[in-house]
Amino acid sequence: MSQHKIPGWVNFALIPVLNVLLAFLVSALVFVYIDISPWSALKVMWQGAFGYDEGWGYTLYYATGFIFTGLAVAVAFHAQLFNIGGEGQAYVAGLGVALISLSLGNVLPAILVIPLVIVFSGLFGASWAFIPAYLQAKRGSHIVITTIMFNFIGASLMGYMLVEVLKPEFSMAPESARFPEASLIPKIYEVLKPLGIELTPSPLNLSFLFALVCCVFVWLFVWNTKWGYEIRAFGANPSAAKYAGVNAVKVTVMAMMISGMLAGFFALNTVSGEMHQLKLNYVAGFGFTGIAVALMGRNHPIGIVMASLLFGFLYQGGAELAFEFPGVDSKIIVVLQGLIILFCGALEYMLKPYVEKLYLAAVAKKEVSHA
Amino acid sequence: MTTPKADDFAIELKGIDKRFGEVHANRNINLQVQKGTIHGIVGENGAGKSTLMSIIYGFYHADKGEILIDGKAVKITSSEVAIASGIGMVHQHFMLVNTFSVLENLMLGAEGGMVLKNGMSAARDELRRLEQDYSLEIDPDAIVEDLPVGLQQRVEILKALYRGAKILILDEPTGVLTPQETDHLFKILHALKEQGTTIILITHKLREIMDATDHVSVMRQGEMVAHVKTSETNREHLAELMVGRKVRFEVEKESQSVGDCALSIKNLNYVDSQGVKRLKGLNFEVNAGEIVGIAGVSGNGQSELLSVLSGIDDFDAGEIKIGSEVITPDGGQTPFTLRGLGVGHVPEDRHRMGLINQFEAKEAFILGHHKESAYNGKLLQNKKQILDDCQEKMHEWDVRPPNPNLKTASFSGGNQQKLVIAREVEKDPSIFLVGQPTRGVDIGAIEFIHKRIVDMRNQGKAVLLVSVELDEIMSLSDRILVMFDGEIVGEMAGHDADEKTIGLMMANAHTTDAEQEVSQ
Repeated sequence: MSQHKIPGWVNFALIPVLNVLLAFLVSALVFVYIDISPWSALKVMWQGAFGYDEGWGYTLYYATGFIFTGLAVAVAFHAQLFNIGGEGQAYVAGLGVALISLSLGNVLPAILVIPLVIVFSGLFGASWAFIPAYLQAKRGSHIVITTIMFNFIGASLMGYMLVEVLKPEFSMAPESARFPEASLIPKIYEVLKPLGIELTPSPLNLSFLFALVCCVFVWLFVWNTKWGYEIRAFGANPSAAKYAGVNAVKVTVMAMMISGMLAGFFALNTVSGEMHQLKLNYVAGFGFTGIAVALMGRNHPIGIVMASLLFGFLYQGGAELAFEFPGVDSKIIVVLQGLIILFCGALEYMLKPYVEKLYLAAVAKKEVSHA
Repeated sequence: MTTPKADDFAIELKGIDKRFGEVHANRNINLQVQKGTIHGIVGENGAGKSTLMSIIYGFYHADKGEILIDGKAVKITSSEVAIASGIGMVHQHFMLVNTFSVLENLMLGAEGGMVLKNGMSAARDELRRLEQDYSLEIDPDAIVEDLPVGLQQRVEILKALYRGAKILILDEPTGVLTPQETDHLFKILHALKEQGTTIILITHKLREIMDATDHVSVMRQGEMVAHVKTSETNREHLAELMVGRKVRFEVEKESQSVGDCALSIKNLNYVDSQGVKRLKGLNFEVNAGEIVGIAGVSGNGQSELLSVLSGIDDFDAGEIKIGSEVITPDGGQTPFTLRGLGVGHVPEDRHRMGLINQFEAKEAFILGHHKESAYNGKLLQNKKQILDDCQEKMHEWDVRPPNPNLKTASFSGGNQQKLVIAREVEKDPSIFLVGQPTRGVDIGAIEFIHKRIVDMRNQGKAVLLVSVELDEIMSLSDRILVMFDGEIVGEMAGHDADEKTIGLMMANAHTTDAEQEVSQ
């Protein structure tokens, strides 16, 4: 008898899809419980997220944010570092964006300002990740603890900056002034208009394309450079990495700073691309959801894009749901998210043995019928 | 002897079959172990010995087959059932709580009620009885981590007896023992046998089988291939049964004159991160074209010596001279710089250090060499070069299967080790540090690896060999150094080494008592 291997698509496509379906099934029960037909709820969500171009725009806009924060978690994770600090890194990166936009936006043309905005968002995010990384590498302070603490420190810092420094005079809201036109990242519908393509305005902006570029960058960096090799070696087996001569401090700091940079890019999409000013708590949990995105996407850029689309769909569809059904709080998506995380993350291996057994049985049966 | 009846057997296995996914670990195993005998089970790594014992001890469940204890079929669904059926197991890696006393370890899992005190005194009485019956003296109040390895093993045996074991399974019990401790263990086993205990001894060391057992069963690739009386067989025959072909034990090595000093170590001191002095003023030299073997019970500073010499850890005092290059403490040396000076290093533990199990073979094959220009373009790695290189070397070294894209974890121990040794040898080092080159490697591969190590020597490389296998040290080395407690306590030429002298040195028992007291 020949021995069969479980092909990759079973593990990386079939099982995640089954897990998501299972999560939806349980979500359906939740909808039944609150007297909403699950079918019509799904229709509303689908219609809201993908049914028309504005919906698409919102879905992709949310997905862009998730791609950045998801990639951030993934890169650190390859070094076996659990970066919980995406939220804070993205938040502080907003400060970098605001400082550059407000100071140079009226001085330099867009072609110069926007690259600077990108650099500073990455730089501020990376530097916010640097301190926990350094503490972990040199002092052994656990990165999970320090990054969580840095989320709080970041929130306090930003609160102070917004209220005491960035808030324009006579304004009551803890917000910065609006950024000058030249420092803003163009919206996709604005870019397409001169080409004769008319889209309903949505927050989707060019950061989306930049996010895809970042996916390619992460793929190249992690799997195709010697630095990525060191990160993965260090993550998979620290003593083997030490044997090889990998410098643990350097790798930890490098992985965390790249992670922080990617989280920092989140500010491009939300601050430069949509809000056009810095607001209190503008990250709104996207940094944390990035953990779930990376988990679902198996820390691979392709998986992260897929998971980001799913979460983008949930965000946009969930908002539609709250519109459509009075009495449904838009927080219902938190329930759906929770179920998806539960089934894809915590219960990831629940189905695996059964699916593999079924697959093997199916293959064996096929072989018998061929014989 | 009359033909044995069914209830003459302490344990009998009938048609045991076990699969793990694609791996057929045990195929239709039949085994009869006579009461009051020592029964050896030999086989190479991966032959299925451990799986079989785990089935007997209730860790795994057989897919098919039955187990009879004292002639009665028993369903061993868990280790509790196994213990209740009178089976005791002494694991290769001790299952002891290091910070507990002997007594506390003994009663762990059999505390007897809520209040410890009663159980304690009952355990103490029982321990006293066991000590007397089997002459297994031990201090019940000693803390386990303070005991030497041989005594820790005794605690394991006592633990099994305390739980009423009538069948004692020992899994590779001598791996951590000196030859003297091994002899002592076998004396204990014989005493236990006299008292009627049945003993199953699992090992891959044929010498021990010949010395200690009454019967021996040989496993190969998941099958029982032979049951013989120990008195009717010999080492060569057993090896042939294990491997399936004739095996040569002797390493062919012509004498050759040594070259210049390639590696010289003066007053080397190393203190580990816990503040324990691991290397205490080592002095020795390794010349080009010789193999210097470091013998010693593991944990006496050999591992630290390798990690200092390969640049993994920095030393605290002394100097290392490689060729004409002098290395001092805090000299900024890393594994990279030492590789640059021509130091190749096969680490002792390939799983912990030598390879990365999750990596593909081709990725593991550049570990430590991943910064070399051959493997890198300006920014990206040269994937084709990495693949081709690994592919080529896999063929040359007969690594099976020769697939560079396979995860390293999927290779057998022998093939993993070949991969590591190939990686280091192919960089043509002038100093070759080799730690436990054949640990967990099958006999066929051992032959091959030994030959390649001798080849390195013949090519004029300086080889430093660290091994806990005395046979290996003795058959390969031109010169043998014995380490004990961070010091070199003896040196002799390879050809006049004998096991007894080395064994005494390993236990540091060749010095006078007075000296020993001072060193303690």
